Amino acid sequence: MNQDIFVVIEHVRGQVADISYVALAQAQALVKETGGKIIALLLGSDASGISWDSFAIQARNLAADSAWTFDHVALGEFTSEAYGKTLAGVIKEKPPRAVLLGDTTVGAELAGLLSARLGLPLITSCMNIAGGTYTCKICGGKMMVSGDLPMETVLVAMIPGGFKVEQGKSDKAPEVTNLPVRDLGGLKVAFKQYIEPEAGDVDIATQKVLVGVGRGIERQDNMELAKELAEALGGAVCASRPVVDQGWLPTTRLVGKSGKTIKPKLYIALGISGAPEHTEAVTGSEMIIAVNKDPAAPIFEMAKYGAEVDMLDLMPALSEAIRKVKGG
Amino acid sequence: MPEKTDFFGIPWEWAHVLIYVVVVGCFLIMLYRLYLQVRLWWTVGRPERRWDQPFKRLWRVVRFIFAQSKVMGQLYPGIMHVAIFWSFLVFFAGTVAAVINTRIYQFLVGSPYLYFKMVLDLFVPVFLIGVLLAEYRRWVQKPKRLTFEDRFSWSLILIALIVVTGLTVESIRLAIQRPAWAAWSPVAYPVAQFWTFTGLSEATLYSIYYVFYTIHPLLVCLFFVLLPSTPLFHVLTTPFNVFFSKLDRPVGQLAPIPQDAQGVPLYARSLCDLTWSQLLNGDGCTECGRCQDACPAHAAGQPLNPKEIMLGLRNALHSDGAIVDKKEGKVPELIGKPGLTEEILWSCTSCGACVQECPVLNEHVDTIVDMRRYLVSEGRLDSKAQDALKSLGRYGNSFGQSERARVKWAQTLEPKIKDARKGPVEYLWFVGDYASYNPALTETTQRTAKVFQKAGIDFGILYEAERNAGNDVRRVGEEGLFEMLVEKNGMVLRKCDFKAIVTTDPHSYNTLKHEYPADVINGRPVLHYTELLDQMIVSGKLTFSKRLGYKVTYQDPCYLGRYNRVYDAPRRVIEATGCEIIEMPRNGKRALCCGAGGGRIWMEEKDIKERPSESRIREAVGLDGIQFFVVACPKDTTMYRDAVKTTGQEQKLAVKDLIELVNEAL
Amino acid sequence: MKIIVPVQLVPDLVEELVVDGSGTALDRDSLRWKISEPDDHAIEQAILLKEKGGGEVIVLALGLEGVEDVLFTAAAKGADKLIKLTGDFEGGFNAHAMARAFLPIVKESQPDLVLTGVQTHNGMDGAVGALLAEYLEAPYVGYISGISLAGGKATLRKDYPGGLRAEMEVTLPAVLGISSAESAPRYVPISKVRLVMKTGKIEDRDAGGFDPGGAASVRRMFPPEVTERATMIGGSAEEVAAKLAEIIKEQGLI
Repeated sequence: MNQDIFVVIEHVRGQVADISYVALAQAQALVKETGGKIIALLLGSDASGISWDSFAIQARNLAADSAWTFDHVALGEFTSEAYGKTLAGVIKEKPPRAVLLGDTTVGAELAGLLSARLGLPLITSCMNIAGGTYTCKICGGKMMVSGDLPMETVLVAMIPGGFKVEQGKSDKAPEVTNLPVRDLGGLKVAFKQYIEPEAGDVDIATQKVLVGVGRGIERQDNMELAKELAEALGGAVCASRPVVDQGWLPTTRLVGKSGKTIKPKLYIALGISGAPEHTEAVTGSEMIIAVNKDPAAPIFEMAKYGAEVDMLDLMPALSEAIRKVKGG
Repeated sequence: MPEKTDFFGIPWEWAHVLIYVVVVGCFLIMLYRLYLQVRLWWTVGRPERRWDQPFKRLWRVVRFIFAQSKVMGQLYPGIMHVAIFWSFLVFFAGTVAAVINTRIYQFLVGSPYLYFKMVLDLFVPVFLIGVLLAEYRRWVQKPKRLTFEDRFSWSLILIALIVVTGLTVESIRLAIQRPAWAAWSPVAYPVAQFWTFTGLSEATLYSIYYVFYTIHPLLVCLFFVLLPSTPLFHVLTTPFNVFFSKLDRPVGQLAPIPQDAQGVPLYARSLCDLTWSQLLNGDGCTECGRCQDACPAHAAGQPLNPKEIMLGLRNALHSDGAIVDKKEGKVPELIGKPGLTEEILWSCTSCGACVQECPVLNEHVDTIVDMRRYLVSEGRLDSKAQDALKSLGRYGNSFGQSERARVKWAQTLEPKIKDARKGPVEYLWFVGDYASYNPALTETTQRTAKVFQKAGIDFGILYEAERNAGNDVRRVGEEGLFEMLVEKNGMVLRKCDFKAIVTTDPHSYNTLKHEYPADVINGRPVLHYTELLDQMIVSGKLTFSKRLGYKVTYQDPCYLGRYNRVYDAPRRVIEATGCEIIEMPRNGKRALCCGAGGGRIWMEEKDIKERPSESRIREAVGLDGIQFFVVACPKDTTMYRDAVKTTGQEQKLAVKDLIELVNEAL
Repeated sequence: MKIIVPVQLVPDLVEELVVDGSGTALDRDSLRWKISEPDDHAIEQAILLKEKGGGEVIVLALGLEGVEDVLFTAAAKGADKLIKLTGDFEGGFNAHAMARAFLPIVKESQPDLVLTGVQTHNGMDGAVGALLAEYLEAPYVGYISGISLAGGKATLRKDYPGGLRAEMEVTLPAVLGISSAESAPRYVPISKVRLVMKTGKIEDRDAGGFDPGGAASVRRMFPPEVTERATMIGGSAEEVAAKLAEIIKEQGLI
C-alpha cells in the first residue's frame, strides 16, 4: 500500500465545494509527514453542470499532484450508488493510504457505502489528522475523540474548522488524466431534478451582514425584531435548523450542514447554541457576536464577543443603539 | 268583610272552566317543552351523579336563585333583576294563592286579604321600574357584554304587558265594584280613580274590562307556550343548573378523565362525551355576559369568550341533539363550532374569573379543560406547548433543563438548606419550577431561603427529586402527564418526614392541596408562604425591626386568592412590614389574572391587543403614589416585570415579591 | 407497504457529559439515553406513510436504559411491531456494530423500506443506514426530507449542500437516511403511551456477537480545550446593546 491520498472532490452545479479544499489541505499535511502523492478524484458528466473545460480551469488551483476525472452520464449528478460503484473500483485497484471526503450530505453518504462495501475503516466528523492521530468532534461539539489512524486504507470524512480553504489551493496545477468508467448499468437510484427555491429571495451566502436566529427566538412573532435588527444593520436574517423546521423562515435562509454556508463580515448569532451542523457553515465569518442565555453554549468558543442576555431583550435594544450610532 | 272576588263580572261557569283549562293547558305545554329539553340533556349527555346531598343543593337554590345573592354582586343589574324577578315570584305566588283560595280553602279574607292586595300592588311599580331599568340598560347604556338581539326586548315587553294588563283589569274592577277597601290597592286604586274620572259609562267600562280580561290570560298563555323559545327560558333552567352545580369538589380540583367500562379514557369530542350537567350549563346560561367582562383573555383581544362557549354548547345541543336522540348518524365534533374553536380553547388561562362571576353557577373551566383533553389526545396543540410538555415529561420541568439544574440556585447558599429526603423537617418547602429554573428569579428564591432561615423556620427542600407539581399540566389537558408527575412527586413525598408543606408558588399550592392523593398529604397542612408568615406574625414568632412606609398595591394570585380564598393573610403580612396597601379597583376575588396560567405561558401568543399583565400595570399606575407592585407568585413576577418594561413604566413602578418586603423589614 | 425503522439512542445533551475512568468513553452512569432526533423523524415519516397508504411499521432499537419508553411512544404514534435487541453493550457500540446487529432482523422482515435517522450526534464511523444498505445490498439515499411512494418506487426529496434540494427516484426495497420528516414529530399524550404500555409488547431478540470492526479505535475522549473564548460583555440588554453598537461601528461594518 502506498502513501498516496485520494481526495474526492465535491461539486454541486459545477462549483467545487469549499470542503474539498479543506480536505486537500489535510491531504497536504499528511503527505508532508509521510510522503506520497495527492490525487484529486472528480466524477461527473459533460452533460451536467460541470463541463470539463470549466473543471479544467478550477482544477488548476487544486492543491493536488494529479487529478483523475471520470466521465459518465450516470455520474452527472451525485448519487451514492453510481459514485460509490465507480470509486469502489478505483480504490480496490489502487488502494491509497487514505481517502478523504467532506462530511456533508454528499460525502458522508458515499463514505458509508465505501466502508461497508470495501470493508475499510471509516472515520467521520474528523477535524484533523496529524502524526498518525486523528481527532473528531462529536456530541454537538461538546466532546473530542482522538485515536490512532488505522493501518489499512482508511476513509475519512472531514468537517471544516481544522484547516482554512486557502490551504487547499495552490499555484501548481495538477496533472489531469481521464480514466474509463466501469459499467454503470442497472442503477436503482436516479437523479430527477433540482427543486428550485422560491425566486426573489435574498441569497444569504453573499450577504455581508447576517443576523442568525435559533431556538431562543421562541415564537414567530419575534421574527419582526430580528428583521428590524437586520434592517438597521443593512443585512439579512438567517437561521439554524429548528427555526426553519417550524416554517418561520424559508429553507433558503437555513445556515448549516443541510443549508447554506455564509461568509459575512459580521454574523450575530442570537439564541443559537453552536452545534457543529450549524457552526461548520459559519466559520468563514470575519467576526461573530454571540448572544445566548446559556454561558456554556459552544457558540461562545467561536465568537469574538458574547453576551449572556436574553436575545428577545437585546434585539430591540441593539436596533435602537445601531440607529443612534448611525445617526449620530 | 274584605274578601277576594273571583272572576268579577264573569258569572258564567263555562268561562271559568275555559280560562282554567286554557291557562293550565298552556302551562302544561310549557312543562312539556321543558321536559323535551331536559330529556335532551339526559339522552345526549353522559351520566353523572349529582343527586347527592339534596338539602345542601336546595339551600344553594334558595341562596342563588331566590335570594339572588350572586346577581346582586353588581349594583345596577342586581337591583334591576331583583326587581323583576321578585315581583315575578310575588305575582306567581299571588296567583297560586288566589287559586287555592277559590278552590281549596278561602283564607284571603279580612286582613290577610288586604295585606295580600297591598303587597301584590306594590310590586307592580317595582316590577315596572325593573323593566325600565332593563330597557334603559339595553338601549341606552349598551354594555358590550349583553347579547343585542330583539328577542330580549320582546320578552321584556311581553312580561311588562302581562303586568300592565293585569293592573288594568284590576283597576277597572275597582272602578266598577268600588269596594270599601279599594285603597288597599295603592297602585290600582289611583288608576281606578282615573277611570272614574274619565266619566265612561259602566257599560263601556265593562267592555274595556272584558277586552283586557281576555288579553291578560291570553298573554299569560302566550308567555307559557313561548317561554322555552325566549331568553326567559332561564327562569326554568337556572334552578336546575344551581341545584345540580358541583358539590363534591372544591373549585381548585378538577375531575379526572372519565373512563368507559374497559378503562379506555373518554375524551370530549362531541356532545355525547359531555355530561348532562355540562349540557345543562348551556341552557342555564342567561347571556348576562359577566363572565365575558371578567375574562382576561377576552379583554386582551383574544377570541376566547366564556359566554360564547356556554352558548356554543347550547346551540350545538339544539342543532345536533336530535342526531344523537334519533341515532341518525355520527355526531359532529364539537370543537370548531362557533365559540368553540381550538384557538378559543387554548386562550384560556384557567383563572376562574368566569366561574366566580357566573350568577347561575356555570362551570366554564371544567368544560374547557375537558375539550382541551380531547385536543391533547389528538396532538392538536401548538409546537411550543408540545415542546414544554415533552420537556415536562422527560425532565419534570418546562425549561428543557436537566433535573440537576433545578438546585443550581441553592448551591451557593450558606448554611446549606436541609435535604428533606434525608432527614425530618417541620416544613417541606416545595419550591416550584419557575422559582428554581428561571434565572431572573434566582435572587428572589435565594432571598426566600434567607428569610426562612432568619425567621427560624425549620425547613428543607426536595432538591433534584422535585418535579413540576402538575397544576398547569392538568389544566392544559395532559392528564396522563399530570398523573405521572403526581406519582413521581408522591413517591418522594411519601418517604419524607414533614409536618406541613409550604410553597411559594400558588399553582403548586392549589394542586398539592386539592389534587394530590390523600395518603401523600396525609391531612397535613399545605400553606402558602404568606399564610405561614402570617401565622408567625400573629403568634409573635416573627417580628420586624423596621417599618418600611412604602405605598404599595397587591396583586392577588388567581390560585391563591380566587381559587383558595386566601386574601387577607398576604395583606396582613404586607401591613405588618409597615407598608400601606392601596387596592386596585379589581382586587380580591375580582383580581385580574396575569395571563400566564392554564399553560398559556408555554404557548404562542397570537392576536393579543393588550396583554392582561399590561392592562393590570396601567391599572396600578393609575393609583396615586404607588411605589411597588407586590406579587406573591413567581409567574406573576415574570409577567409583570415584562409588562412594566413593555408599557414603559420603569420610572413609575417596580415589581417586588412580598418576600422582599419581609426581607427588608426583618 | 412494510416499513422497518431501526432507531438509535444517543446520550441526552441536556445532561452534563462526563468522561469515564478509562478516558476513552462517556461515563454511563451519568448519562441518560434518548432517541436520536433524526430517528424520531424517521419514525414520524414511517407513520405518515402508513397513514397515507396503509402498511406495517416495525421499530427496532438496542436494549439500552429508556428503550421501552422510546418503543412504546412509537407504538402510541402508530407503530405496529416493537423489537428490542438484548445483549451486553457495556463495551460500547458504533455504527458498524449496530448495522451488523440490525441486519438479520431487517433481512428477515423483508421490508419495502428501511427508514433510519441519517446521522447521530455522537457518531464517528458513518451512518448506520448507509452501512446497513450495503450489507443488505439495497440502494441508499441519505438526507431525505420528503417521500412519496408509487408502484415499487419512491420519489425522494434530498438535501444537497448549499441549501439545494433535489428530487430523486429509487427502486424499492431501499434504505433511506431521514434528516427530517414531512411534518414535525407529533405529540403523543402520556396517557396514550401508558395505555400502550399496558396492552402492547416488545419482542426481545438477541443482538448476537457485537462486531465493531470498521471504525477506528479510540485512545482518548476529552472535552474540547477552549483555547479561545469570546470576550463577554456584561450588563443589561441596553448596556450590552450600546457596547455592541460601538464595536460594530469601530469595525467599520455600518
